[in-house]
Amino acid sequence: MLAYIIRRLLIAVPVLLGVTIINFIVINLAPGSPVEMMIDPNTPPADIEAKKDALGLNDPLYLQYIHWLVDVFKGNFGFSLTTYQPVAQMIGERIGPTVTLMGLSFIVGLAIAVPLGIISATRQNSKLDYLATGGSFLGISIPNFFLALGLIYVFSLELKLLPSGGMITLGGDGGFVDRLKHLILPVLVLGTGIAGKKIRYVRSSVIDILGQDYLRTARAKGVREFMVVNKHALRNALIPIVTVIGLEVPILLGGAVVTEQIFSWPGIGQLTMGSIMNRDYPTLMALNLLAAFMVLAANLLTDIIYSVADPRIKYK
Amino acid sequence: MAMLQMSTNKAAGSGGGDGQLAETAVKSSHKEESYAGMVVRRFKKHKLAVAGLVIMTLLSLGAIMAPWIVPHDPYQVTEAFEAEPSAEHLLGTDQVGRDVLSRLIYAARVSLMVGLGSVLISVTIGTVLGLVSGYFGGLVDMAVMRVTDIFMSFPQLMLILVVVSVVGPSLTNVILILGFLGWTGAARLVRGSVLSIKQMDYVKAGVALGLGTPRILFKHILPNALAPILVNATFGIAGAIVSEASLSFLGLGVQPPTASWGNMLTDAQSLTVLTSQPWLWLPPGIMIVVSVLSVNFIGDGLRDAMDPKSLK
Repeated sequence: MLAYIIRRLLIAVPVLLGVTIINFIVINLAPGSPVEMMIDPNTPPADIEAKKDALGLNDPLYLQYIHWLVDVFKGNFGFSLTTYQPVAQMIGERIGPTVTLMGLSFIVGLAIAVPLGIISATRQNSKLDYLATGGSFLGISIPNFFLALGLIYVFSLELKLLPSGGMITLGGDGGFVDRLKHLILPVLVLGTGIAGKKIRYVRSSVIDILGQDYLRTARAKGVREFMVVNKHALRNALIPIVTVIGLEVPILLGGAVVTEQIFSWPGIGQLTMGSIMNRDYPTLMALNLLAAFMVLAANLLTDIIYSVADPRIKYK
Repeated sequence: MAMLQMSTNKAAGSGGGDGQLAETAVKSSHKEESYAGMVVRRFKKHKLAVAGLVIMTLLSLGAIMAPWIVPHDPYQVTEAFEAEPSAEHLLGTDQVGRDVLSRLIYAARVSLMVGLGSVLISVTIGTVLGLVSGYFGGLVDMAVMRVTDIFMSFPQLMLILVVVSVVGPSLTNVILILGFLGWTGAARLVRGSVLSIKQMDYVKAGVALGLGTPRILFKHILPNALAPILVNATFGIAGAIVSEASLSFLGLGVQPPTASWGNMLTDAQSLTVLTSQPWLWLPPGIMIVVSVLSVNFIGDGLRDAMDPKSLK
């Protein structure tokens, strides 16, 4: 097991290096140089060149890349071009809200998908099954931003039940209930997307298991159908669902950009949009790297959990 | 996945002679017609998929004939700002007095162009890389798969956003970016199919006959991996339509005055539009949901119809 984890980590290293290379190339394709954004446009060209030399911007690209990579290893992601704060600090402040949002959406998504998927599988071709399957298609097909606008329209503007954005009420006490109210709509938006994808996943997984011999044995022994489904079948049916952790992280991160933007949620998604609008490339590079790191970590974690949960899988 | 087709192809091959066996994949020989017929018959059983196909056909016709069927010029600015729906403007007008219905119809062109264009690019890249990777194996496979891993580790929407901010937003750029970043799924899928197909006797026979590698790849292996590629491409179209809408909604996709369902929704971020002018944001949103839902249903129908495991 340990050997497997170490091998996986070693494979992740070249992939992460590749990520940094692509990241660096894409950002360097951007027009203009950071110096032009930092200084007075009336500075004589000679001074600009001198500044570029001092910053290493006239070095060959591969040298610039190595310098940047060394800095990244030291935890130095540079400074934001808009706020002049250290990038690492800006991201550090915003990662908490995003992780909260993503984690809760994940739990809510599965809390909807698992029961519906089981009901759907045990009552195949019933009305409930069609409803759940149809609902899952709707969940996949409705874009985050449209669902968000619809929910704001209904719950914030018409019913006036929930806030339309932010993390706490300005001037309010910022207590638990207040925070929870602000979380409901964005979590619902991201959770719907996850639930939509997973309902049919759970359904087919349970259907696969229900046909197996050991369940027939359990029934023959006189085990009640409820126990057959929810104890014997479910334990094995849910194993493949572990893979969603790895698969959903990149989708959630992408979804967080749109959702945080609409709900003014102060997380890394909103920071990403702001950095794109302001062409704040140092921040963008760090954000991209962080996102790729999170995806790789989630993939690794998924594989490890999978191998622990399913002893049939042997890793060499 | 491809088992059934392979068996039909082998049957055709025994009568078809060397090299011809896979070329006949869909139409010419009698056997293959029955496969196509079976797919059609099974597709028809999927009511929602048929409904999706009908809707997408109507939508495509509307998009193609847009200049002849729109009630007004979609770019014509009129005095009637933010007019409510009326007999003159069935879905009202927007902030600068343009007819919403006409813009909605023109926007269908954008969504379909992005969907088809980007998927054509991504599936082509993915298929070629998957074929090469799966067929040659070894170092080539290793290299291609690691590059795929790298591209898969970026959250797609985030990478797309960054690239758009670098190259600038426009319809062409959106198609190119979605195409050049969306090939990873197809590459993995095709590689998987090729790994199993290349073990088949008819491929080995082709190699033994001394056929060129491109011929084996494109004429013998590819036709038998088409079913999963087609299903993947269909879902890809749905994904691309959503991506374009999201980008345009954020102001980083198709730029006004060109109408896109996504950028028609951008104004709904203002609370006044959201509360008091639902005709501005509901129709484009509904169009996105309906078209994406239709394409997803078609994909689901195709998957069921072409999956040899679910013989009905």
